[in-house]
Amino acid sequence: MRVVAAMSGGVDSAVAAARMLDAGHEVVGVHLALSQSAATLRESARGCCTIEDAGDARRVADVLGIPFYVWDMAARFKRDVVDDFRAEYAAGRTPNPCLRCNEKIKFAALLDKAVALGFDAVATGHYAQVVQTDDGRGGVRRELHRAVDAAKDQSYVLGVLDADQLARSFFPLGDTTKPRIREEAAERGFFIAKKPDSHDICFIADGDTRGWLTRELGEAPGDIVDTSGEVVGHHAGAFAYTVGQRRGLGLSRPAADGEPRYVVEVRPDTNQVVVGAADLLGVNAITGDHARWCGPAPEGVVHVGAQVRAHGEEYAATAWAEGDRVEVRLDGRVRGVAPGQSVVLYDGTRVVGSATIAASRLERTPVD
Amino acid sequence: MLPAALAAMTEQLAVVGNASSLHRTGRAARRAVEESREKIARCFGARPSEVVFTSGGTESDNLAVKGTYWARRDRDPARVRLLVGATEHHAVLDCVDFLVAHEGAKVTWLECTPDGVVEPATVRAAIESDPDSVALVSVMWANNEVGAVQDVRALADVAHEFGVPFHTDAVQAAGHLAVDFEASGADLMSVTAHKLGGPIGVGALVVRRDARLVALTHGGGQERQVRSGTLDTPAIVGFAAALVEATASIETESARLVALRDDLIERAMALAPDIRPSGVWQRGDGVRRLPGNVHLLVPGCDGDSLLYLLDAAGVSCSTGSACQAGVPQPSHVLLAMGVAESDARGALRLTLGHTSTQADVDTFIEALPAAVERARRAREATAS
Repeated sequence: MRVVAAMSGGVDSAVAAARMLDAGHEVVGVHLALSQSAATLRESARGCCTIEDAGDARRVADVLGIPFYVWDMAARFKRDVVDDFRAEYAAGRTPNPCLRCNEKIKFAALLDKAVALGFDAVATGHYAQVVQTDDGRGGVRRELHRAVDAAKDQSYVLGVLDADQLARSFFPLGDTTKPRIREEAAERGFFIAKKPDSHDICFIADGDTRGWLTRELGEAPGDIVDTSGEVVGHHAGAFAYTVGQRRGLGLSRPAADGEPRYVVEVRPDTNQVVVGAADLLGVNAITGDHARWCGPAPEGVVHVGAQVRAHGEEYAATAWAEGDRVEVRLDGRVRGVAPGQSVVLYDGTRVVGSATIAASRLERTPVD
Repeated sequence: MLPAALAAMTEQLAVVGNASSLHRTGRAARRAVEESREKIARCFGARPSEVVFTSGGTESDNLAVKGTYWARRDRDPARVRLLVGATEHHAVLDCVDFLVAHEGAKVTWLECTPDGVVEPATVRAAIESDPDSVALVSVMWANNEVGAVQDVRALADVAHEFGVPFHTDAVQAAGHLAVDFEASGADLMSVTAHKLGGPIGVGALVVRRDARLVALTHGGGQERQVRSGTLDTPAIVGFAAALVEATASIETESARLVALRDDLIERAMALAPDIRPSGVWQRGDGVRRLPGNVHLLVPGCDGDSLLYLLDAAGVSCSTGSACQAGVPQPSHVLLAMGVAESDARGALRLTLGHTSTQADVDTFIEALPAAVERARRAREATAS
């Protein structure tokens, strides 16, 4: 097959490209230029898309002897990921930009361009597995599964891929642990074998999301209130708070019972952040929208595992789909379910699909 | 590299010697350097003492622009204005940006015609707006992207009317056009070896004896005290050999490349009505456009898609200048010529040189239609 290897300049995508080449594919390396100011050199170990990263990716491509190109997708990235990220926070939600990037950029704009140029598929350094199974009609079905390295598993951020996208995606690292990938990179002579992992959000180079949001959205001072409406503190912008957050609240008055308090709600319309005791965070019902299915949509009520944040735990649940919406009922109570995050549904290690969390609540009556 | 250059350079590589040393091996190296300097001067219509060796075109441009700016400003603090062509190479543009950002320089960009040509009247108007503030006029001899050749003599004459020194970046012209430093009227002229069949890493700033320059590198005082550093004798010998050979064959090679170039452009235009050459192009004209320069605008395509598809078909080309090959940007040259940004993204630059053949042109023309079709689909796929 003719495959585009998306190369960030990091160790994972480098090994992924090398493995595709070893498997006999015709591989071309592509680095996505996503930053609005691509001319900046690395400011810290975080993030990606600096000129230095493009240079690292090019160097690996040269070692592999494959052609290498930089594709400028900064405008698409800004519109579909950065602007969306800002708008979601402004609306009081907590988005996951990596999911959005996978859905709109890596496995859409990049994949579409690759297909138009005559490529068959895109390979990335994500930790996830594609398993081919019999579809029961004499064909094959490609399923998305968790990686064997539970600590690195990135199937959560790939839960937005539909069957067509999966059919043209390769994740060559999913059967290997991260330490082993670093060893392999060193064995292959990649000088980036010890390069630090990228963390956090690539377009917020210093990792200070609250500072970035304040610069982008402007300061909007308001009140932090408790559930009775009493003012217990102040904030510089409700958008910078996430449901379940405990740190950095700077409350002026302790709770009457002395227990720690958490953000339980963000109200963008009144610019209020509501805090309360931990037990207010426990929910067992989630309504999601923007449903995406990695294969056929589930029919009826299905038993699933539900994960509500990247690298979070998986909880036993039941779920059913209603068009673009998904209802999820958790078997127990779960804390810190933030609107805007995604709920990704699993059947064993298989990713069923995902939805963006629109609302969550505690339902007292058990669901039949 | 031209075979004569490769042979001369490799022979010299085996010889030990620092051209600045006084002992026997040093004298031998110095003799090789000075003979090369004389050959290069003769080919460029300059005096040997006017040839200052550098590491290449970028350093020559830096020395010319910064060195002249500082020398002029030192003598008259009012002379801080640089008049520079909008289509210059980054080696000039970025020097100007640096001087503006850090050294109090001001810049007047000289606009070009849609053909990429700076007219003498444009230079005159720019100087006349404030004649006493001008430090330097710099306009390239031939453009690296679209091949447009300037009337250097006419531009230099205007500068001299006002007593202003004139620099020209002749990196693209040297060895391909008749380049006569004395006749051109320029005070400073940048050239590099690898664009004319010589080695990478050596070039020269040809500079009149009466031009004032502040040195950028300090040390042993080589090269008239303006470019300290031990000379790279083998590279200089290779440079001279390449230039002598290129100069000897300039007329026959020019005619050969013009014929190939015109065939390529005409057949490309015949493939689709909207494919067109940018800049000045007239069949048979090797004077106003570089003989080996082909620059096509292919609307509806991204240059990097074409690049990939053509590379896969065995054709090496580029979108803009090689220095911009990191993150694709529409060329500042095309934008200065008034080309729409979306069209500028579909630019394709091919350089024909001494190894290019009719078979290369045929390969390109055969690969182009399918490449254009796919590249257009790729842009549509990412446009939404």
